Amino acid sequence: MATILAVTESRAGELRPVSREVVATARRLADELGAEVEALLLGGPGVRDGAGTLAEAGADRILVAENEEFRLYAPDAAVRAVRERCEATDCAVVLFAATAQGKDLSARCAARLGRPLATEVTEVGIEDGAVVVVRPQYAGKAYARIRIPGAPALVSLRPNVFSAGGVPAGRGEVEALDLDAGTPRTRVTAFEAGEREQLDVSEASIVVSGGRGMQGPENWKLLEDLVDALGPKATLGASRAVVDAGWRPHGEQVGQTGKVVSPGLYFAVGISGAIQHLAGMRTAGVIVAINRDPEAPIFNVANYGLVGDAFEILPRLAEEIRAVRS
Amino acid sequence: MKSIVCIKRVPDSETRVAIASDGRSLDPSGVKYVMSPYDEFALEEALARKEATGEGSVTVVTLGPEAAKETLRSALAMGADEALLLRADPPADGLVVARALADALRGREFDLLLFGKQAIDDDNMQVPAMVAELLELPCATVVTGLEIEGRHVTAHREVEGGHEVVEFDLPGVIAAQKGLNKPRHPSVRGIMMAKKKPLEERDVTLEASGLEILKLTPPPARPQPEIVGEGADAVPELVRRLREEARVL
Repeated sequence: MATILAVTESRAGELRPVSREVVATARRLADELGAEVEALLLGGPGVRDGAGTLAEAGADRILVAENEEFRLYAPDAAVRAVRERCEATDCAVVLFAATAQGKDLSARCAARLGRPLATEVTEVGIEDGAVVVVRPQYAGKAYARIRIPGAPALVSLRPNVFSAGGVPAGRGEVEALDLDAGTPRTRVTAFEAGEREQLDVSEASIVVSGGRGMQGPENWKLLEDLVDALGPKATLGASRAVVDAGWRPHGEQVGQTGKVVSPGLYFAVGISGAIQHLAGMRTAGVIVAINRDPEAPIFNVANYGLVGDAFEILPRLAEEIRAVRS
Repeated sequence: MKSIVCIKRVPDSETRVAIASDGRSLDPSGVKYVMSPYDEFALEEALARKEATGEGSVTVVTLGPEAAKETLRSALAMGADEALLLRADPPADGLVVARALADALRGREFDLLLFGKQAIDDDNMQVPAMVAELLELPCATVVTGLEIEGRHVTAHREVEGGHEVVEFDLPGVIAAQKGLNKPRHPSVRGIMMAKKKPLEERDVTLEASGLEILKLTPPPARPQPEIVGEGADAVPELVRRLREEARVL
């Protein structure tokens, strides 16, 4: 029987939530192809506890390699594991998450397997027996529909796009994978959490972004207060102009040379809407623009626009949102 | 230190993308091409390291059409010593590009092979790690910090929610992210000198792409925009719409 290999992710022995999206998508493809879902789970001690979650998300077999050496991303061992599974089974598709780790690992695996890779897809399906995907290019200024003939097809899924549920559970057999850490060429020796306990802009479901119109980094407390009012699923973003000016760290930058985000709700405050910024946020569910200039291009993509002084609007907005959330 | 920097000619990020009449490619008319912005961080890193030690060399390589010579010339103007054009139209399949680059680089002597973390046209983010695997070299992608002591490399790699510390020994591969450094602008003198620097060119034959582009389409249209009002007095109406109409609060 053919298999779909779902490559999951863990950090410090904890399964990363995006792994459910990868396994559930594998389940949907497997049902279409009459295949089974094999999930690969590498991690530190305790990572085995994530197997139940993967079974629920649709995994028939979960191959676990629990090893102190795999607490952090272990690229060389992970490549070996994927390659061995592809050789041991009749593997039709290998699915990864298009995260920092998944993008690194999927490219390495593609080179080792000698198979093409489609990165960060937003749709995946089967047409006439071949995998067909849709993926944004030019930071989302265009979408390409791509056919990947042959097997296995390697695909990484954009996080937050594919449903993590709505599929039947898999058989959930757990097997220990005999995987040696070996002598890696590339060693990940530490993970350092960001300075602030803040959600990454690519992972948040609400993003509040500020631009030049905020006039200076000292005014960011107004945006931080709005994020705080919106609750734990909200985080800060920034335009290229303010990152280049050194007001905000580049990790917060949204746009073609920053991060491409698709939150459910996006606030663009004091951002005029340069093409490269629009490319990074135009797939957001609902866009709210706040800008002094009624002619700013950002208003062309915003579902809702407010014209006026952000310094007056922001405190009122935080207040009203707190009122409706409480 | 001997560095090789792989760069790519791409449409500028301010370009409006139009689809060509074949429905599968970009309409090149009116497009301004530049060096992919992340490649500038890779090149700056190589140049700064050579300057700091006063020894070594920086070679820039691109796989691209004849016009990509312009991109190589701008890299030479920034300070690279020599350039290599692998003449071919880059396909959508990152592995085909990686194999051609690996073939060209195999047997060359270098300490550090640098790339931008991704080219901003295909956004594939594949080639650096693929070339590393094909050449059996260690590799760190999305690098925002780099320390090299002797032959030992410590790279800081941007991941969701923080950074990973990646260590390996030279020779190795890094893919640069914004934040690694501040790329320089070419000086007038640099531009003049670039004309005299060696630029080798070679035709390469690529394998067939393993990815078949069926169709390229514009992004889905946004809903009709609407101005809710002016100033702070319009805030309650905005919040009402977000709750009742959009249901996002």
